[in-house]
Amino acid sequence: MADTPSIPLLTTPLTEEHIALGARMVGFAGYSMPVQYQSVIAESKAVREGAGMFDVSHMARLILTGDKVLEYLEWITSNDVSKLTDGKGQYSLLPNSQGGTVDDIIVYRITENEFRMVVNASNHAKDVSHITNLNTFAVEIQDVTNETAMIAVQGPKAKEVLAKMSDQPETISLADLFDVVHCKIAEIECFAPCSGYTGEDGFELICASDKAASLWKALLGAGVAPCGLGSRDVLRVEAGLPLYGHELDDDRSPLEAGLGWVISKTKSFVGSEPINQVRAEGAKTKLVGVQLEGKRLPLAGMEVRVDGKAVGVISSGIYSPLLEKGAAFAFVASETKLGVSCVVEMRGKEEPGTLVNKRFFKRA
Amino acid sequence: MLPKQCLGLLWYPGKVVNIPSELKYTKSHEWVKIEGDTAVIGITDHAQSELGDVVFVDLPSPGRIVQAEESFGTVESVKTVSDLYAPIAGEVLEVNDMLGAQSELVNSDPYGNGWLLKIKIADGTSLDGLLSAEGYEASLDN
Repeated sequence: MADTPSIPLLTTPLTEEHIALGARMVGFAGYSMPVQYQSVIAESKAVREGAGMFDVSHMARLILTGDKVLEYLEWITSNDVSKLTDGKGQYSLLPNSQGGTVDDIIVYRITENEFRMVVNASNHAKDVSHITNLNTFAVEIQDVTNETAMIAVQGPKAKEVLAKMSDQPETISLADLFDVVHCKIAEIECFAPCSGYTGEDGFELICASDKAASLWKALLGAGVAPCGLGSRDVLRVEAGLPLYGHELDDDRSPLEAGLGWVISKTKSFVGSEPINQVRAEGAKTKLVGVQLEGKRLPLAGMEVRVDGKAVGVISSGIYSPLLEKGAAFAFVASETKLGVSCVVEMRGKEEPGTLVNKRFFKRA
Repeated sequence: MLPKQCLGLLWYPGKVVNIPSELKYTKSHEWVKIEGDTAVIGITDHAQSELGDVVFVDLPSPGRIVQAEESFGTVESVKTVSDLYAPIAGEVLEVNDMLGAQSELVNSDPYGNGWLLKIKIADGTSLDGLLSAEGYEASLDN
């Protein structure tokens, strides 16, 4: 995520709202984004205990239409798109022909001939170029990122709050993971998939960019806590969710990140041959959780040792308000067992911890 | 208008950075309170605000001699790790033991219970290099 200070940062339709709330703004994927409003810990807790919201308008939103759009998506994405029914989404990958990952994405089926895709802000241009180059299916790719905004409302109370604000309270309340609800929230038309990046229940509300500030204010008024990218990173690590650039990249097999479950075993797609080869031979490393005994902050690049021997490297690290301890993801040699004690080399000191399943948090 | 209480999160309106006039400061955001030949050292309100929630403070043991501008420890927050620099030379007399269990004191009370350590000021140490409150405030604007 190279920030280029010479180029002015992009704004989202909510930038002014963040500044008005006193957010600390940072450059992220070319956008000026709130990293925190008051406290990363308090914001993380708000999402775990109540309801919080994140401006994720920087993520790119694409509409894909055409007679062969399903065939096209089956070819360019790793998951089985044919399993989607109207109004349902799925987590997936855009693999490259070498078996690495161009991006991790969400694909939504609206109808047989219309799909939507949400991709990472940091990969926006790369993804559009990649999928355009692969478009021999006469699919129309419409980039609606600038015309729309996206607010993720997350937490155990998210559904209840949104249901109360909605014209379709029952549909909201009963929605399952990755169901897409078309509804009004505070009188504002929303495309609302039941998904998120925190391990909590909730929705990602996509609305017209000129309505975003009203929606944000209505959510604030309903008691939803504004949360920044700092807590978003904490929550996604606690939930065991990968971040492109840390756990996924162009060169590493997504199987190492434990994403075999979103890679079809039956269809042929871009990169399926090298991916199947890794699947058959076994990946060299695997992604695990590292739970530290102390509160020190583990950082990407730090070495993980078991019995004095280097077994891997940390890819993402946080202080977890949930565990009240340091927590991290690490790529370790595949034969490494979970449950064993380890140490992490932190600024010259060895900090003790345990290798664990990377899902630190599981919703009750 | 902001709600006073968000679901699960207490909401406080943004506050102005506090720079007590009776203290001395460094450009690296430490504060110093001179009490005879002892100096109490901490990090400023501005520094804690920039760092975010402090989760760990690594401090030297009593007895250690530190030189002015020497890095003597770290403050680790949810976002970053930041070095601490000795504002003046001396011997570490005492470190704030409360921070082991309550590192958040650095955020909530940076000039009070969130102090970091006390040092015995080395003989002949000049305090001229330290900034006044006005000087420190001016340095923040640069």
